[in-house]
Formats: sequence, C-alpha cells, structure tokens
Amino acid sequence: MVETAGWTAAEIDPIEGRPVLIRGDRSLHGITETVARPVEWSPPRGWYIAFGISLALLGLFVLSLAWLFWEGIGIWGNNIPVAWGWPITNFVFWVGIGHAGTLISAILFLFRQKWRTSINRAAEAMTLFAVICALVFPAIHIGRPWVAYWLFPVPNQMETWPQFRSPLMWDVFAVNIYFTVSLLFWYLGMIPDLATLRDRSTTLIRRLVYGALALGWRGSHRQWAHYEKAYLILAGLATPLVISVHSVVSFDFAVANMPGWHTTIFPPYFVAGAIFSGMAMVVTLMLICRVAFRLENLITMLHFDRMARLILLTSTMVGYAYGVEIFIAWFSGNAFERYAVLNRALGPYAWAYWVMVGCNVLAPQVFWSRRARTSIPVLFIVSILVNVGMWLERFVIIVTTLHRSFLPASWGAFIPTFWDVATLAGSFGLFFTLFCLFVRYLPMVAMSELKAVAHAPSAAGGTGS
Amino acid sequence: MSGGEDRHFAAEGRRAVWGILGEYESAEKLLAACRAVREAGHTRWDAHTPYPVHGLSEAMGVEGSPVARIALAMGLAGAAGGMGLQWWVSAVGAPLLVSGKPFFSWPAFVPIMFETAILLGAAGAFFGFLGAARLPRHHHELFDSRRFERSTDDRFFISIESEDPLFDPRRSEALLRSLGAVHVELIGGAP
Repeated sequence: MVETAGWTAAEIDPIEGRPVLIRGDRSLHGITETVARPVEWSPPRGWYIAFGISLALLGLFVLSLAWLFWEGIGIWGNNIPVAWGWPITNFVFWVGIGHAGTLISAILFLFRQKWRTSINRAAEAMTLFAVICALVFPAIHIGRPWVAYWLFPVPNQMETWPQFRSPLMWDVFAVNIYFTVSLLFWYLGMIPDLATLRDRSTTLIRRLVYGALALGWRGSHRQWAHYEKAYLILAGLATPLVISVHSVVSFDFAVANMPGWHTTIFPPYFVAGAIFSGMAMVVTLMLICRVAFRLENLITMLHFDRMARLILLTSTMVGYAYGVEIFIAWFSGNAFERYAVLNRALGPYAWAYWVMVGCNVLAPQVFWSRRARTSIPVLFIVSILVNVGMWLERFVIIVTTLHRSFLPASWGAFIPTFWDVATLAGSFGLFFTLFCLFVRYLPMVAMSELKAVAHAPSAAGGTGS
Repeated sequence: MSGGEDRHFAAEGRRAVWGILGEYESAEKLLAACRAVREAGHTRWDAHTPYPVHGLSEAMGVEGSPVARIALAMGLAGAAGGMGLQWWVSAVGAPLLVSGKPFFSWPAFVPIMFETAILLGAAGAFFGFLGAARLPRHHHELFDSRRFERSTDDRFFISIESEDPLFDPRRSEALLRSLGAVHVELIGGAP
C-alpha cells in the first residue's frame, strides 16, 4: 500500500526504534480536532447508508423477536436432539466478539502497549454492543422470556432459587458482570473526552447532554491521580474477568458429558478463539471507520499490522486446539469421542467443518507476510473470513455433537429455518445500529490518552508540530 | 497574609472571589510552575491539564489515592457476599440434594464468587474514583471562565483558591505570571 511506502522497518518495530503511533498534525489541538470532528460535523454520506442498512436489519430483528414471542420457539430449527441450535451458536459468537475489545483496552494497557490508544475506545464500544447482542440470545432461547428473571437470585413467591452448581448459572453471572464492568471501564475512560466535547459544544443541547455525561470533570490533577488509579485497577480487574468469561462459556460445554464437548482444552481454546474472532471484528470496524471518518492519521497501518499479528497468533492457537481434539479422540481410545471427531470432519456437516478450518487456520496464514498485514483489501477480506469461520466453529461444536450423541436411536438433524437466519442477521442490525450511533455521538478515539502518548517526554518527535 | 475576614466576601453587590487562574502553554512550563507554587507554600491549589501529565504528582506533592483501598475492600466484600449468597441459597434457603453432594459444595461456587468479587471491586474502583474526585458535580466556579474551556483541549492551568492562606489577588497573579503564565484571571468576584 502507498501508505506504508515511506516507512522504514525501524518506524514500525517498537524494539528497534520508536513507533510512529500517529501521523499528521500531532499537536494537542490537532488531536482534539481530528477526534471531535466526526461528532460535531454532520456525518459523511457513507454513515447514513450504513445507518440505514443497520436500521433495516434492526427492524428485521424486532420483527423476528415479535414473531418468536407470538408463535414460540417452534419457528426455529432447533429441536430435540439439537436443542441449542442457532441461538446458542449466536450467543457464543457474540460473547467472543466482545473479548478482543477487553484485550485491547485492558490487557494491552497492562502490558504498556501504547499502540492500543488509537483503537481502544472503539474496541471497548464493540465489546459492549456485542455483549448486548449476546445477552439477547439466551433470554429468547429459554422459550418463555418473561420468566428470564428466574435466572437471577431474586426472592419470589414460588420460593424457587437458582441452581448455583450449574455452569449455566455461572454463565448468567459471568456475562452480566462482564457487561457491567466493561460499561464502567468504557465510561470511566470517556469522562475526560466527554468534558472536551462539553467545552467545545456550540449548542445548548450538546452542552447539557455532554455536560451531564462529563459529570463536572475539570481535568484537575488531583482528579487525574484518582482517575489513573481507578483506570489501572479496572484494567487489572477486567483482565482476569475476560479470561473467566469465555472459560465459563466453555464450561457450558465442557462440564456436560457429551462427546466432543467433554475436554479440558475447552477453556483456553474458547478464550483464544474469542480473542481471534473479536480482533477480526475490530479490524473490520476500524477499516470502515478509518476511511469513513478520515482517521488515517490516528489509526495507521501500524495498528493494523499489530492486530494482524494478534490474529495470526490466535489463529495458530485455534488451529492447535483443532489438532489436539483430533489427537485426543484417537489417543483416548473412546469410541464416542472418535466418532464425534470423524462425524465433524466427514459427516453431514463436514462442509461447515472444512470451511471453518479454511477460514480460521489457513486464511490468516497470509499474515506471515508484512505486505499482507498492511494491505487494506487483504485485511478486510481475511477479517470477514475469520468471522465467518468463527461463527461456523460454534455451529460445528454445538450441532455436530448434539445431532449424533451416544444413542443412534436419538440421532437427528438440524436444519435452520428462515427465522433462524433472520434473527442472526437482525442481531448484526442491532450491533451496527449501536456502533453507528456511537461513532456519531461519542468520541471514538480516546483523546486524552492519545495526547498523553503523543506528548510523553519519551515519545518520538517531542511535542508535535 | 493580607485581607483577613473580608478576603472571601467582597464589597456589597460583588460575588466572593473564588480564586485565581493562570494559563500555561505547555506541560513543561506547567511542571516548573507547579514546583514553584508548591515551594511558595500554597496548599489549596490545583493544576488542570488535558491529559494526565506524568511527574506532576511529584511536582505538586499530591499523595496517594484511596481508590485502590476502596476497590480492595469492595472486592473482598464481593467475594464474601457471592459465596455467602450461594451458601445461604444452597444450604439454608432451598437445600436440594443433587447426586448426594453436600449442600455447601463450595468448589462449585467458586466461579460465581470470583465474578461477584470482580463486580464489586470494579464498582469500588469506579465509585471510589467519583467520591475521591468529588464527582459528579453540577457546577464549579472554574466553569465561569471561558478560557478554562481549553483545559480539556490544549492548554494547562493552575488555580489557586482564595481559601488558601497565602492567597492574595495581586501577589498570586504576580507569582503565576512570573512562572510564565500567558493569561491570569480572577475567578468569581465579578459584579
């Protein structure tokens, strides 16, 4: 790509030399202008097109849910023996998407990876919206969503309580707490930037809304000292949390006694897969935002290069897990395990298995090449392929195990219906509608953090232009 | 020391002076100025920056934050509360015999205990920050200054409150100017 043409290897590698984190006008005011412009100006035409499509899909989602509540879950393809079907596939997919946001915002923060600064806000927003989508699916999958409160330890007239020994209960706590903590972390990081928007506001309504959201922040150093401490602690808490969340999601499978599910590799395998799929979604979203909102100077090819490396790393982890599954099936000598693995690779859903392997293990291998890591078309195509592959991974895990378990008498098949597809497509509508509103009304890049990174005494280029 | 009791209450018809605000162009100038203001013996003052300037805590003599202790206490309470809830429900409130396991089968309760510890710890960090930073706050005298709006953009400020024993409008202004302030203004006190 032309953009990387002028770069030397030393500019990209943080070990060899200082990376150029952002380009162009790196003055404090320049950063403010670049970040605040999409929020303050009327959005580009592309935003309206994206928002329109997202709203249409959101309408499909509402329609699907309305029909579901009216008619019941018989409108879906899931039935005994494949009782989980698409809704739980979608749930695991969306929870996984969220994990890359927390990796970028919390884990890379603890590792002092300064390049995360340009993308962490948007990645955290992605986390929140993905978890919102995820939370919908178990709630509608239970069949009678109006009794979803039975999942919470609420004193009630029936004197019934949740069964805390069940991984499904652990999941209720893990995912809800993950959402809450992610929301607190995201909002805490945004308070100084909301104050910037408040102070730049030209209309009364903006002043009132951003003023209320900024909570009266005045950038006082005594406030900053508490803020930095709280941010560090939240990052430190979010890190074990995010690992626990997808581990708990994997317990939904691993604790069950089903062939193909009952393995100890599931927690790390699920966490790696979650970060893998989420990182691909961050790349997709950031490529679009970068072009649509002209953030080329803040979100540079350096960031995509780093994210592509993480995709490659987690892709090899996921590929390793696929290999271990096959090895253990053979090594265990368990006839049911062997059959489950053979059925995945050669049975009626073999097409899904091999598309999954192609998308998740083979496609990301192009990122061994730096030219591929810094090529926008390659990044875009591979990130989409990874998301397709990771959705299929959950589909393969759920459907191939359930449709042929121990007793051949209880074997069956799973065929999705129109409403399965509509609900999945609709959940993307919910996700992208929320994301469109986010980039329109909230600062999508962490201004104060970027200023601190760009103007730290050690940063290349000193205090900018 | 000048003024006395009338330091805070200006003449009739005028609002009390809240303090004085000096504007600086760079973090380096602010750091040097903060060191000098601290050495001059001021106690009720603060620096306002668009991003957390490192080294400022040492320059200003700002001591630690209670946020970590609040988060730790809340996190421990979350762990105890999470385990306590599961113990009460499973062993006291609604005991249910499953596969002959003990009612208080604590290893199965560890995941939820961990999650509730994180939840309350995070809430402790967030709300501890709000409490320690005295937020949310509907209004502040500093927001009366138009120039202060740049404190969230690209300028650096020092504010000295009139509550400070060493505060004196003229001498404080001279101090801030001598430290490189490009603009100094009194906050409050306008008719």
